[in-house]
Amino acid sequence: MTVLARQDGRTDPPAAGGIRARRPLFTARGREAVAGWLMSAPVIVLLLVFLVAPIAMAAWVSVSDWNGIGSPFASGVHAVGGRNYAALLTQPGLPQQQLGESLRNNLYYVIIVVPVQTALALGLALIVSRKRLAGRGFFRTSYYFPSMTSSVAVSILFLYIFGTAGVLNAIIGDLGGQGPNWLDDPNGVLHIVLSGLGVTTAPGALANHGFLGVSWWDWLAGPSVAMIAIIALAIWTTAGTFMLIFLPAIYAIPSDITEAATMDGANAWQRFRRITLPMLRPALFLVLTLGLISTWQVFDQIYLMSQGNPAGTTLTPAFLSYLTSFQDQQWGQGAAIAFILFALIVVLTIAQRLIISERRAGRAS
Amino acid sequence: MRSKFAIAALAAAGLAVLSTACSSGNGFGSSSASSAAAATPNKSALTLMFGSSGTAETAAVQQAAKAFTKQSGIPVQVIAASNLTQQVAQGFSGGTPPNVFYLDPLTFQNYAKDGVLDAYPSTLPNSSDFASALSQAFTYKSTFTCEPKDASTLALYVNTTDWQQAGLGAPPSNWSQLEADAKKLTTGGRAGLTIDQTHSGIDEFLYQNGGTVTNAAGTKVELDSSQNVAALTFLKGMLNQGIMKFPSQVGAGFSGQAFGENKAAMDIIGNWENGELESDYPNVKFKVYPLPAGPSGTHATLSFTNCWGVPKQQSNLAGAVDLVKFLTTSQQEMTFSKAFGVIPSLNTAQAQYVKTYPQYATFVQELAYAHPDIAIAGSTQALSAFDSALQQLGSGNPASILKTAQQNLQAVINQGA
Repeated sequence: MTVLARQDGRTDPPAAGGIRARRPLFTARGREAVAGWLMSAPVIVLLLVFLVAPIAMAAWVSVSDWNGIGSPFASGVHAVGGRNYAALLTQPGLPQQQLGESLRNNLYYVIIVVPVQTALALGLALIVSRKRLAGRGFFRTSYYFPSMTSSVAVSILFLYIFGTAGVLNAIIGDLGGQGPNWLDDPNGVLHIVLSGLGVTTAPGALANHGFLGVSWWDWLAGPSVAMIAIIALAIWTTAGTFMLIFLPAIYAIPSDITEAATMDGANAWQRFRRITLPMLRPALFLVLTLGLISTWQVFDQIYLMSQGNPAGTTLTPAFLSYLTSFQDQQWGQGAAIAFILFALIVVLTIAQRLIISERRAGRAS
Repeated sequence: MRSKFAIAALAAAGLAVLSTACSSGNGFGSSSASSAAAATPNKSALTLMFGSSGTAETAAVQQAAKAFTKQSGIPVQVIAASNLTQQVAQGFSGGTPPNVFYLDPLTFQNYAKDGVLDAYPSTLPNSSDFASALSQAFTYKSTFTCEPKDASTLALYVNTTDWQQAGLGAPPSNWSQLEADAKKLTTGGRAGLTIDQTHSGIDEFLYQNGGTVTNAAGTKVELDSSQNVAALTFLKGMLNQGIMKFPSQVGAGFSGQAFGENKAAMDIIGNWENGELESDYPNVKFKVYPLPAGPSGTHATLSFTNCWGVPKQQSNLAGAVDLVKFLTTSQQEMTFSKAFGVIPSLNTAQAQYVKTYPQYATFVQELAYAHPDIAIAGSTQALSAFDSALQQLGSGNPASILKTAQQNLQAVINQGA
C-alpha cells in the first residue's frame, strides 16, 4: 500500500497536486510524519507503560477499595467513588488532620527552601563565574559535590551534625549557648518566637477555627526545629545543582552589554539588577519551577532522617501517602493523597508561570 | 487533525499491548497457585523473609533454614528485608508474597482482616504451648492464626551502683514506692526513672491501674476511662517533679540509651535492652525486677512478639507450614535464644530458658499477667498521633490526650468494620 502510494507520488504529473493535497499522508511531508511517529514509537510506548499506565492505575486505586492484595483490577475490588478523597478533604478526623499538618509542614519547607536555594545558587554562580577568581574549577566542583553525593550519605551526615550531642551543638556549646534537641524538637519556630514575646496561648479566634482539621494557630506554628534541620540539608544539597543551571546562562550574557553599561557609569549593583537578572529570567524560571516541584515532593530526607517525627511536624504529603499505603494498608487513601499533591503542584506551577510571564509582558510594553 | 488521530491510535495500541501484558504476566494477575494445589506436598523452593536485628540473627536464621533443607529436601531462600512491612506488602500486591515471613501484631491484623493468612496453628502439635498474651496477639475472630516466634515483656531495670549509693533496699513493689525510690535516685544530672514516651512504653500503667485499652472483642476503644486518666496523671506528676524523664529530655534516642548512659537510674523497658547493654554499655551493673503493681495491687505489663506469617495463596503451602513447624520446636527456639538473645515463645522452651538464664526469669514470669501491645488494623498513624501527644504529657492534659486517642482509634475501627 505504502509502496504503491510512494510510486504514485513520484510518477504523478504536477496536475495531480490537488489530489495529493487531499491525501497528505502520501506526500513527502506525510512520509516524514509517518517515519517520525515510527521512530518515536518506542519512547511513546515506554512512556505509556511506565508513566501513563501507572498514573492511570493509581488514579483507579484512589477511587477503589483495593486492599493491596493481588491485582487492583481483580474482581473483588470495587469502585467507591470519592470516599477516599472525602475522608481527606471533607470529613473531620485524623486522616484530614494529618493531611492538613503535612501540607502545613511542606508549605513552610517550600517557602524557605525555594527562595533560599535559588538565591544561594545564583550567588554561587555569580562568584564562580568571575573571570578573575583563582581556582574556579575547584570551587565549581566543591559546590556541586553535595548534589552528587547520595542523599542517604548526606542525610546520615546531617543526623550527626544535628544530633543532641552533635557537631552543631558542640559549636553552640563552645560559644556559651545551649543548642536544642534539633531532631526531637516539635516546637514551631514562629511559636517559639511568639512565646519569647510573651504570647504562649493562642487567641480564641485562631485556636477555635481552622482549615483541614488544623487550627489557624497551628497553621501559624512555622516549621518545627526538626524541620529546620531538614530544610538546611535540602538547601545545602540542591544549591549546587541549580548553580550549574545558572552558570551557562551567566556565561551566555554578551560581555559587550555589560561593558557598555560600565561605560555609561552603571555600578556593580545596577549591572546585576538591570542586565544580569533580566537576562537570566529563563534560567530563573527553570530553577524556580524545578525547585517548587521537587520541594513539594520531598520524601527521601524525611524517610531517612525523621519518619515524620517528632509529633508529626516533619510529615509531608509524599511521606504521608507512603505511610497510609504501606503501614496502614489504606491504599486508596494513600493514592488519593498523591493525587491531591499532584493537583496542588499543577496549580502552583501554572500560577507561577502566569505570574512570571505576566511580569515579562508588563515589562515589554 | 491527522496528528491527533495518530496519537490516539498509538495510545490505543500502547494500551492494548499493556493490557495483554498485565493479563498474561504474573505481575498483577491473581496468583495461579490455589490452596488445593498447595495441599499436595511438593519440593518447590521456599522464601523466608525477615527483618533482622543484626548479623547474629541473620546467621542464625540462615543456619536454621539450611538445617531444614537438609531434613526435608526443600530449598529455602532467606531474605533479610531492609523494610519488612513494605517488602511483604509489595509481595502481596504482586501476587507473590514470601512463603514464610516475620509478622508483627499490627500488620497481622491488616492481613487477617483481608483473609490472606493461612490459619495453620491448628494443624501443628504445639499450638497450645503458648502463653495467652502471645497467642491472643495473633488471634483474629477467635481463630489462632499465626504462631509467635518469640516473646518480650517490659520489666524494671535498676542500675545497682546508683541503687546502693542511694542506700535503697528492696525493689519497689507498688507505685508509691516507685515514686519514692525515683525521688531518692534523682540527682543533678540524673533522673530517677525513665520510660519510653510512646504507647508501648506507657500503656502498662493503664492496665496496672485497672484500666484497659480496648474491650475484649477489640471492637470498642476504652482509653478515656477515669483509671487511665489517673494513671497518666501519676506519670505527669513524676515528670513535673523531675524524678522521671523521657529519653528525649536527656538527649537519648530511647529510654535504654538514657539508662545505659546513666542519665536515669531506673528504666522500664523490654528484654531487648539486654543486648543493648551488653554491646554498648558493658560496664553498667544492673538487675531486672518485675514491674511494681498499681494502687489496687494489680500486676500488669505489656508483651511484644512477632509471628511466622504464612500466606494462604502461595506456591508451596505444605512446605511453608513444615518450615514453621521446624522453626517452632523447643530446641530450635533455644538455638535462636542463645544466638541473638530472644526469649522463646513456647512454654516448654521458656522453662529451659529460665534455667539457662535465671537472671532474666522475670520476663518469663511476667508473661502470666501481660497484655499484648495495642494492635488494631490500620492504626499505625492513629497510634503515632497518640505517641506525639504522650510526648507532651509533662505540659499536656491527660484527659484530653486520652480522649483524642480514643476518638482516632475508634474511627479506625469503625472505618474497618
